[in-house]
Amino acid sequence: MAIESMALLMEAGKERDLFDIILESDCRERGATRGDSLSRMSMLYAAMRRSGEGYDPSLRSGSGMVGGDGARMRAYAASGKTICGEYIGSVLAQALEMGESNACMKCIVAAPTAGSCGVLPAVLLPYQVREQLDDETMVRALYIAGAVGQIIAEKASIAGAAGGCQAEIGTASAMGAAALCYLAGGDAQAVCHAAAIAIKSLLGLVCDPIAGLVEVPCVKRNAAGAMIAMSSAEMALAGIRSAVPPDEVIAAMREVGDKMDVSLRETGIGGIAGTPFGQTIAGKMAGQAL
Amino acid sequence: MNIFDILGPVMVGPSSSHTAGAVRIGRIARRLLGEGTPVMASIGLSGSFAATGRGHGTDKAIVAGLLGMQTDDERIATSFEHAQQEGMAYTFSHVKLSGEHPNTAKLVLTGKSGRSMEIVASSLGGGRIMVVELDGLRAHFSGDLPTLIVQNMDQPGHVSDVTSMLAHKGINIATLQLSRDHPGGNAVMILEIDKAVPQEGIAWLARTEGIHRVTFVDAEPVAVQG
Repeated sequence: MAIESMALLMEAGKERDLFDIILESDCRERGATRGDSLSRMSMLYAAMRRSGEGYDPSLRSGSGMVGGDGARMRAYAASGKTICGEYIGSVLAQALEMGESNACMKCIVAAPTAGSCGVLPAVLLPYQVREQLDDETMVRALYIAGAVGQIIAEKASIAGAAGGCQAEIGTASAMGAAALCYLAGGDAQAVCHAAAIAIKSLLGLVCDPIAGLVEVPCVKRNAAGAMIAMSSAEMALAGIRSAVPPDEVIAAMREVGDKMDVSLRETGIGGIAGTPFGQTIAGKMAGQAL
Repeated sequence: MNIFDILGPVMVGPSSSHTAGAVRIGRIARRLLGEGTPVMASIGLSGSFAATGRGHGTDKAIVAGLLGMQTDDERIATSFEHAQQEGMAYTFSHVKLSGEHPNTAKLVLTGKSGRSMEIVASSLGGGRIMVVELDGLRAHFSGDLPTLIVQNMDQPGHVSDVTSMLAHKGINIATLQLSRDHPGGNAVMILEIDKAVPQEGIAWLARTEGIHRVTFVDAEPVAVQG
């Protein structure tokens, strides 16, 4: 079975573990062995963890707008005075750190894109530590995330220039929601509905980076995407279902992306990029054109 | 898209097109020159590369590629210092390349032997690239497949020389492009093939009268997306 829709995933998942279905599908699609596929996915998870550990709070991005917030969040999370508690604080910190590392030319794992690289590690790395899960289990969850991303890429888009930020952070959040839901013991129904709830929560999000750079508002949206992934997984695990079938939600995402004005699709023109502040930065960067 | 187009690649940020793609443009140029690190590189940037390249580290990325770095090498951020250590001089300029993709660079390289080479290449998104001009002649190849490039006088028989050699070595041709500046002038033949050409095949072609230069670059898998 090629994984073409959420409906297929939910149907096949009634009989068998989602991970086995997706791994088999990947082996068939790429003509790879199970061992090849698993070792490649394990390398990606290891690289994600390395990226997280490689965060350098002293770095600043090309424009100077981004850097150091991950460390701020981490210190605050440990202060005991947070609204949401230390765990949520560590998720937010992880998301910010990864987004900042990307903006500051550190090595990251695109998931599904470089701009949205913080969501998946933010929901997975702290969860692994808290639940004391082994890497093998985490790698299984990456397959779940990947399959959800594949379906969205096929039926909608994962590129900001094509579908706005909903295609990047929205997809990352859906992938994170599905992965978390799977790790927490959700069945195939719950996993797919977690993804659908996440997409609905971020539907319509525009891609409006200042000066066209992957900095503002991209980095903080990784933190928001991680929170939506968690709330969506929680709802699905509670037995709440998306009223709209997951495939129809993805079709709506496609439609919204198609209707989005080009100034709001990674052109650095509208939205946050179009604010007086955004335009000032853009002017400054243009002055430094190569 | 397969699952590893969704997850991965492991890359230095911030942008797959402006950073990872730019590294790959530098790399393919270095590999086409075939003399290791160039001694001099004139790098012309156009369109979005010129406008937002500084913020995306496009300049550092191209230099990193010229030094042979891969897209996940964290030394990309400090490539200018590495260039100095390796004795590669470089300049940047803003060039207008009409009709090209918005993310395009023109590189003029001088190698250790004194040979110079000029390429124009575009970053197409997701880290994928395309070489669109080689030494002033039109081209269209990515370096994802093993690629054989033959520069020769525009005269009858050279296509046959090349295809005969490949047939003799049992190598299948995926794509074949021909281009020339004017009848009887300089011509280039670019072949994307299914496996590497043995050294003696390249040497045999290089000895053939009318063939100026033979370059082979082996496949470099691309897994960049984002």
